[in-house]
Amino acid sequence: MPAPEREAIEVAQDSALVEALRAGDERAFLDLVGRLHGGLVRFALGFVRTQTAAEDVVQDAWAAVLQGIDRFEGRSTLRSWILGIVANLARTRAVGDRRSVPLSALQPDDERAVEASEFLPDTHSRWAGHWARWPEPWPDQCLLSRETMQQVREAIDRLPQGQRAVIQLRDVEGCTAEEVCEALGLSEVNQRVLLHRARSRVRKEIARHFQGSKP
Amino acid sequence: MSRALPEDLDCVVAVEQVTDYIEGAMPLQARTRFEQHLCYCPACMIYLRQIKAQIGVSALLAEHKPPPEEVTRKLLQLFRASRRG
Repeated sequence: MPAPEREAIEVAQDSALVEALRAGDERAFLDLVGRLHGGLVRFALGFVRTQTAAEDVVQDAWAAVLQGIDRFEGRSTLRSWILGIVANLARTRAVGDRRSVPLSALQPDDERAVEASEFLPDTHSRWAGHWARWPEPWPDQCLLSRETMQQVREAIDRLPQGQRAVIQLRDVEGCTAEEVCEALGLSEVNQRVLLHRARSRVRKEIARHFQGSKP
Repeated sequence: MSRALPEDLDCVVAVEQVTDYIEGAMPLQARTRFEQHLCYCPACMIYLRQIKAQIGVSALLAEHKPPPEEVTRKLLQLFRASRRG
């Protein structure tokens, strides 16, 4: 389903949920908490240092959500609104913990998706700019092994803050690009550049992992 | 007279376009050129498959376990208080 339609459906479902929350429907609230809480903590961990700090941030965020729910206008999805609250609180907390990262860290850099050394040099007479050696296909069954999944998790966690936030929301949590732009205050282009850098870096690490584990 | 095909992309350029391609954020002409390149270049096809596989694996990392019971209890109290106020 195209993203705009998916988002439209989500916004429509949200409005029923928001009504239920406003009316004090405890089950609706607990469902929402059950659905989002774990992911929110994981997301907050990209900004603050410890699990405890992340838990605190998310609990504060829930309190802010409940305070603000009567004013929620449904211009974004409920999830991206909540993610935005978590991001703001986590960043504020990180400033207090001196783990603040200037906003410029969210700006794109000029890193390459694949190291230049993987390609034939400009001086090559026929194939300049083409792969010097083909990337090795990844074995499907190993990709889903616990070890590889752990590698991917750690690779994501090691990314610079902006890249980590974007890939975590897009690829792990399955948010739309629009939701991520909304939650993190990014332009479409910046969101995509951060996603590109993040995916490329994680790919490098998986490739290294498979190369290293070869007999 | 037939129109010449656009010049093939360099792989070093193609790998930088993978995200735009997957995101559907490319103008038609650039998209066509990228897809043409994939037809000629098995190595970039492998690269694209790797990125797509990685996205699939990442999605499996989502954590849907509910919070610990004491957190749930605390949040429920918060909820009740907020609805009373």
